[in-house]
Formats: sequence, structure tokens, C-alpha cells
Amino acid sequence: MTEAWLPLAILLTSLLVSPVIFLLPEERVRTRTLLNLGAATLKLALVAWLAWRVGFRGATYEARLPFLPGIDLVLEADPLAVLFMSLSSALWLLTTIYAVGYLEGAANRSRFFGFFSLCVASTIGIAMAGNLLTFLLFYELLTIATYPLVVHRETPEARRAGRIYLAYTLGGGVLVLAGTAWLWAAAGTLDFVPQGALAGTTLDEATLIAIFLLLVGGLAVKAAMVPLHGWLPIAMVAPAPVSALLHAVAVVKAGAFGIIRVVHEIYGIELATRLGVATPLAALAAFTILYGSVRALGQDDLKKRLAFSTVSQVSYVVLGTALFSPLAAIGGLMHLIHQGLMKITMFMCAGNIAETLHVYKVSGLDGVGRRLPWTMGAFTVAALGMMGVPPLAGFVSKWYLAAGGLDAGAPWVIAVLLGSSALNAAYFLPILHRAWFREPPQPWPAPPPGARLEAPWMLLLPPLATGLLVAAAGLLASAPISPLGWARFIATGEIPGLPGGLIQ
Amino acid sequence: MSDLLLPAPDWGALAVLLPLLGAALAFVAEGQAARIGFAATAATALSAVMLLLDVSGGTAYHQAVGGWEAPLGIALQADGLSALMLAMTGVVGLGVAAQALRTMASELPPAAQDKAAPWAFWPLWLLLLGGLNALYLSADQFNLYVTLEIVSLAAVGLTALSGKPEAFTAAMRYLFVGLLASLFYLLGVALLYARYGVLDIGSARDLLRPEPIAQIAMAAMLTGLALKSALFPLHFWLPPAHGNAAASASALLSALVVKASVYLVLRLWFDLFGPAGLATEAAGLLLGALGAGAILWGSLQAVLAERLKLLVAYSTVAQIGYLFLVFPLDGTDRGLAWQGVAMLALAHAFAKAAMFLCCQIVQERLGHDRIRALTSSRRLPRTTQITLALAAISLIGLPPSGGFIGKWLLLGASLEDGFTAWTAVIMLGTLLSAAAMFRVLVRFFADQPDDPAEVGRATPGLAARLIDLVPFGLASVAILLGLVATWPLAVLQVRAGG
Repeated sequence: MTEAWLPLAILLTSLLVSPVIFLLPEERVRTRTLLNLGAATLKLALVAWLAWRVGFRGATYEARLPFLPGIDLVLEADPLAVLFMSLSSALWLLTTIYAVGYLEGAANRSRFFGFFSLCVASTIGIAMAGNLLTFLLFYELLTIATYPLVVHRETPEARRAGRIYLAYTLGGGVLVLAGTAWLWAAAGTLDFVPQGALAGTTLDEATLIAIFLLLVGGLAVKAAMVPLHGWLPIAMVAPAPVSALLHAVAVVKAGAFGIIRVVHEIYGIELATRLGVATPLAALAAFTILYGSVRALGQDDLKKRLAFSTVSQVSYVVLGTALFSPLAAIGGLMHLIHQGLMKITMFMCAGNIAETLHVYKVSGLDGVGRRLPWTMGAFTVAALGMMGVPPLAGFVSKWYLAAGGLDAGAPWVIAVLLGSSALNAAYFLPILHRAWFREPPQPWPAPPPGARLEAPWMLLLPPLATGLLVAAAGLLASAPISPLGWARFIATGEIPGLPGGLIQ
Repeated sequence: MSDLLLPAPDWGALAVLLPLLGAALAFVAEGQAARIGFAATAATALSAVMLLLDVSGGTAYHQAVGGWEAPLGIALQADGLSALMLAMTGVVGLGVAAQALRTMASELPPAAQDKAAPWAFWPLWLLLLGGLNALYLSADQFNLYVTLEIVSLAAVGLTALSGKPEAFTAAMRYLFVGLLASLFYLLGVALLYARYGVLDIGSARDLLRPEPIAQIAMAAMLTGLALKSALFPLHFWLPPAHGNAAASASALLSALVVKASVYLVLRLWFDLFGPAGLATEAAGLLLGALGAGAILWGSLQAVLAERLKLLVAYSTVAQIGYLFLVFPLDGTDRGLAWQGVAMLALAHAFAKAAMFLCCQIVQERLGHDRIRALTSSRRLPRTTQITLALAAISLIGLPPSGGFIGKWLLLGASLEDGFTAWTAVIMLGTLLSAAAMFRVLVRFFADQPDDPAEVGRATPGLAARLIDLVPFGLASVAILLGLVATWPLAVLQVRAGG
């Protein structure tokens, strides 16, 4: 049976809450918070229900709206969509709690939370888009919705970052638009189909390659692949919850997710390999992984170091996608989740350090662990996960990617992963060492009298929760609802009632 | 059953007669001009929408005035495209008129208020409206000439209305350009009449032969219309005229008036020159190349403009350019590009009118429209900021707006035989227009404290704030057009019988 209401309901919980928040007067803090948290909780519950129905009952969900002759707007809850949506809705709830605490008393909060919801709504649309045109619609909406968040502080620096962000993302958007229109004109199909809508196509290779370059080139901008990554480190001026969301769920993930859809469900990895475009994509991803890590080494600004780390980590997803192996695909898909959990933890922790101690530089982190043990604890778990220390989340991703590299006949992948892990350690371990093992230069300011926690609970709870998830995703990796379990479902199609996986 | 009811009103005839009648009344009854004008506009808009609903049923509208069929009499007719243009004119006109009710008095400088009293807007506007509607309903080359003249003269009057010296100069230039263009057009009509002895497009279609005299006639008519449409490089008169007129007038000129001559080019190309074998590939290429020039040059000038109104005016030059891409892309058969161009024209009318009306609010609240000095201060209503953003989304062509649908169809047409230069032009134009529009929008995130001298200014009353919502409504239509695009696209398929 196919039902339409659930995908729509999930999309609308965040899409409709946005205009309501815009209209709320600035001072209605309590109403706004309740509305935000209520919508986020409701959505998480709906997504959980959907995941259970899709994963264990074989239900299919699809909503259609005629848009153009021959093309519908389609929302389809396939397992891949569920994967991205669970990340997006779980982290929306946590980031909203964090943002409410972080922005207490700040200006323009109605605008902030309105666009925040719109941004999350776009990721839901991106996740469930059943064809490339629907994807494009939400992809562009995401660009528009994130701009006001990036420039939220309205400083000249923020506006410069915003301009650069727009230039990159709108440019990428035009490439994706042209690629999509060309695909439609040439092949007459835009649907996402497991193993590729273009499988068995009679189009000439040059056209197929050109369309691939336009699509993936445009998507690589948001996925921050070298040399199109320039906007990401600059967009760091945004408030911490925005950086957290941008790096974990929204923008970079939209790009990576789009690449997965295009490679696996438009072209199919088989055709992409035959056209000779998969290997260069994998090579570019590998280069980005190493380049981002090397650049991260040289950054003293904590958020900038994290940003270059994102440049590197997101390309793990692309690397897994571009290798012709189910194991690699599983590794890439689950890293979509793992990277999100780890990176959001670190950004929220960085925000806490900045808020409570006004420390922004890596060189100023000496002894932070004594004043903020819980925050630094969460940060440490995430950092170790990034390095790939077993049994944390990052280790599982890297393990599968390495196995996939061997499987696909590309043993160089292992060298890339080892090199990247060493570099990860080289830029994360000094942070941990400073925080835990060095003396603070002067005593940290004491917490305000009466405070029992090291930071307000709204700032502390979310990173602790995501830190726990990082550990759980690794420890419980063999459970069917873990990111690994779900990624395996998607890649191999071992799911009841599914036509088939991405790779057979 | 039908004989129990009154006979259905002739919506087409009403759409022409009501504004002309209103214009005469408003001219005579000075004191009541605004009320009469608004009522006539509303009634005309209703007639146009009713006509569209009739036509959307699948049959084109056809009415022989006085029972005399062509070639002896004058026939009013409307296919899907005409009906959409009529409804667009009615609804956009209604929105602009609603705002003009409040602002026309304040838009004119005090010195000019004695001479060109605000009431003068109403007869001119109604004359324009009647002319536009008659143009969309005509299928006779001479009648088309007459309606085109009415439209031009009324438009010149509206340009001069603001009373500024720059506006007067611009209006004079506009007048001469309009006259020159009309002469070209008339020359073409006269040549065709002398050779073939018919004026009705339907009859001429079967008689025209691809011979030199017809080719000269076509060249003359298209040149005249290109001049009137401000097609690059004949656009020089448009930015000063649209940039200096009163904002309500600019909205009408940019959204509606230029569409009339482009519509006529489309009409002649697909209904007359195309079937007669005159519309050659070379002619189409030339028109398309000029359109491409307009897209790039207009967008670039918009990026460089210092004042908001000038930016919006240059954006019109670029948008007109897109409409001319239909000729190389579709040849002489209506195809994807034709549908795309129609959608672009509709979406542009709503978005551009909204934008010019916002310019008026910006000017009124801030006292200037310099882009670099725009801020997010409270003096500029949030609705105005959001309206500008929505209109920009459609003008750039971001989904899911009407502008996006138009661009998508044009892109699709340009890619039918692989990646072409036209594709590259559309992509580049999109980026440039995004750059131009976001230059304005990013100013709303500029952190500048309110000028203390200005904070004390009285906030506008409820009626004024409600009227501020009008541009928001127009911009929303531009967006919504994208979500219900299948409907106008289906209406476009309604062709005149036979």
C-alpha cells in the first residue's frame, strides 16, 4: 500500500512552523520555544514511525503533485530518505534546544528560528525528493534559507561571508539546474531509481559525461569538495548552532546526499564506472580528504580547524559513493550519519567554550577540561571517533570504506584512510592534550553562584546526547537500527518489500 | 435552463469598453476620478478573469462586433495566450491601482500637484488599460496599430506624470521613440495592404508569399516593435523612462506596456510570418542574438546600478531579452520555448509590478532609493522586505516560482539538441540577475542603527499598512504561478478555431 499523508506531514511540521515563527513578536520567547520544540519532537516521532513502517513492515510512502507536464513533485520515503531524515530530525530537536539556550536575549530571534525551521524543512525535502527536479527545488530553498542564518550577526565580516556563500552556492545551483534540464531534454527521465534511471540508456557517452559533470560539479560546491570548498571555512562567522547544523545536516550533507542520489540512482555506479567518471570522482574525494586535513593542521581558530576537518570528512561519503563496491557504499552512507553526529558534537562544544570562557583559539584551550569536564568529555569522544579509534562511530565507517576499497580493486583507498587518520590525530590530539593535561594560564572564571552545572543545561545536554550517540553508533553497530544496519539495508536491498538495493 | 438566466455578458467587449468609459468619466468628474478609476479597474479585471475562465474551458473567444465578420468588420478574439495576457493585465493593474489610491497624491512633488493634479493618473491609466485589452483582443493589423498608438500615448503621459524634469525629458524621448516605432510598424502594414489588400491576420496568412516586398514589410514591422519593446540595443529609452516615472506608473510601464509589443511580435511571428514562410531561421537567429545581448547587458547594468529603481528597470531590459529567445529556439512552431516565454512574461509582470510598488514604499519611508544606503531599519516594513525577496526569487528564476518554470522550459528547449550557446546565455543571465537582486536583499541584513531624527516619524495607519500588502499579494502570485503551472500551460494550448 502507498500512503501520501506521512511524508507530507513530516515536511509540513517544519515548513509550516516557519511562517508562524516569523509572525510571532520578538518578545514571545516562551511561545516560540514551545512551538519549536513541539514541532521538532512531533517530527522526530513521525520519522521514527515512518522508519519502523518502512524498515520492518515494508510500507511505501509517496506524495505527488503535478508540477510540469510530465514531471511531478514527488516525495518518496525510501530507506535512503529515512536515513537522512532521521539524522535531520534528531539533530533538529537537539540543535533547537541548544540554539534557544545559546541565543538567549539576542536580537532577531524570530527571524533566526523561522529560517532555522525553513532550513530543516529543506533538508527533509532533499531527503525525500523522488526525482531530480524536486531535489533541485529544495536544494535552492536551502540556499535561500541558510543565508540569513550565516549573516545572522549582521557584522561586516558576517555579510562578507554571506556574499561568498551566496556566490558559491547560487553558482552551483545554476550548474545543477542546467544539468537537470539537459537530462530531462535528453533522457526524458529525472526519477531516482535504485541502480540508476539511466541503466540501459542509448544516449551517447559525451552527453552523459557532460551532464554528470554539470550535476556533480554543482553538488560538489555544497559538499565542499576541493577546489569548490572556499565558502565553508569563511561561513564560520555564523553563530555556533548554525555552524553545527550547516556542518552536520544541512548544507554540506545536502551536497553529499545529492551526489549519492545522482551517482547511484540516476546513473548507477555501473554506468558511472563504465563512463570513466567514478574513478576521477573518487580520486577528487581522496584528494579533498587529505587536503582538508592538512589545512586543518594549520588553523589556530578552533571553529576554522573544525571547518577544514568537515571539508575532509564529508568527502568520505563521496569516496564511498564513487567506489564500485557495496562495502564502500555502506561505509559512505553510514558516514553521512556518523560524521553528522561527531561534527555537531564538536561544534556545540566549541560554542560552549566560546560562550562560557570566551576562548576561540586552539592555543587558548590549556586546562579547559578542568572547568568544563562534561563539555570536553563529549568533545573528546567525538574527536576520538573522527580519528577512527575503535569502537567509536568513525572507526566503523573507516573499516567499511577500507574494505570497500579492497573490494573495488582500489587498495590506494587504504593509504588515503590511514594518512587521513594520522592527520586527524595530528590536529585533534593537541586539542585534547591542551584541554586535559595542561595548566590553565590563569584560573578560569567561576560559574555564577547557584549554578550546579558547568554551563546552562540547554547548552550542555545536546552535545552530551550526541556524544553518547557517537559511542552508541559504534558499540551497537550490529543492531539493525544502527546507521550501519540501515546503510546495509540501503546498499544491498536486504529489506522486505524493496525492489532492490543500490548495488546488487 | 439558460433562458431563465440573463444572457452571459460579453466579457471581451466589457474588458475594452469599461476602461474607456471609466476614462471618459474620470476625465470629466475630476473630484471623483480616483473612485471611478478604481471601480472601473476592478470591473475590468473581473471581466478579464471571467474571460480567462471561459477560455480555459477549451474554446477560444470570438466575437464579431456588430455582427460583421472579417474582412469587412472587426472581430474580437482571444486564444489562450490572449486570455492569459488580459487576465494578467487586469489583476496587475488592479494591484497597482489599489496602491495608487493611497500614494498618487504623495508621489507628486508639491509644485507639480497644482499643474498635473493626481487625478490625471486615472484617465491615463484607464486609457492604457483599454488600449492594452483591445490590443490583446485584436486580430487585425490596422486595429493593432491603433491600439498600439493608444498604449504608447497613454504610457508617455504616465511617464511625465511625476513632474520631475528628468521624467519630462525621458517622456519626450519616449514619445519620439514611440512615434518612430509606430511609423516603422505602419509602414510595414501599409506595404502589406498595398500588395495583398487585407489587414486581418487570418486572411493575410494565406496570401503572403516570401517575396521581397513582404520581407521588407516584416523587417519594418519587427523593427518598430523591437524599438517599442526596448530590445537591446534599442533599449536606451527604457531605463530613464521607467527609472524616473512615479512608481505606480513605472510598475505599469514595466510590467504591462512592454509586454504588449512583445506579444505582438509573438502573434505576428507565429500566426502570420511563420505560416507564410517569411520567418526564416536567420531572422530568428538575429532576434535571438539581440535577446541574448539584452539578457547580458541588462543584467550587467542592473548589477552596476546605484539606485533601486534603475536596477529594477534594467532588470526589465534583461527579462525582455529572454522573451526573444523563443524565435531561434522554437523556429516557427509553438513548442517548449513558446510556453516558457509565456510563463516568463506572466511571472515577470507580477514580480516586476510588486518590485516597483516596493520601490515606492522604500522611497516614501526612507526618502531615497540608493541601494548602498538601504538598511533593515524598522522604517521599512518587514512585508516590503519579504515582498522584494519573493519578487527577486521569481525574477532570478529560483524554484518554485513562475519565473523558474519559464526558465526551465526555455532551458529545456535550448538543450534539445545538446548544450548550446543559448543555454550558456540563460545560465549566465541567471547568475547575473541573482547578483543584482541579492545586492538589494543583503542590505536588509545590514546592521545600522536607526537614525534618531527619523525614529519619531509617525507610523502609517491601518489602511496604509493594508495597502502595503498589495505588492506582497502580487509577488505571491508570481511564486504561486510556479506551483500551479500546469493550469496556465494547459490554457496556452487553447488556439483560435480553424
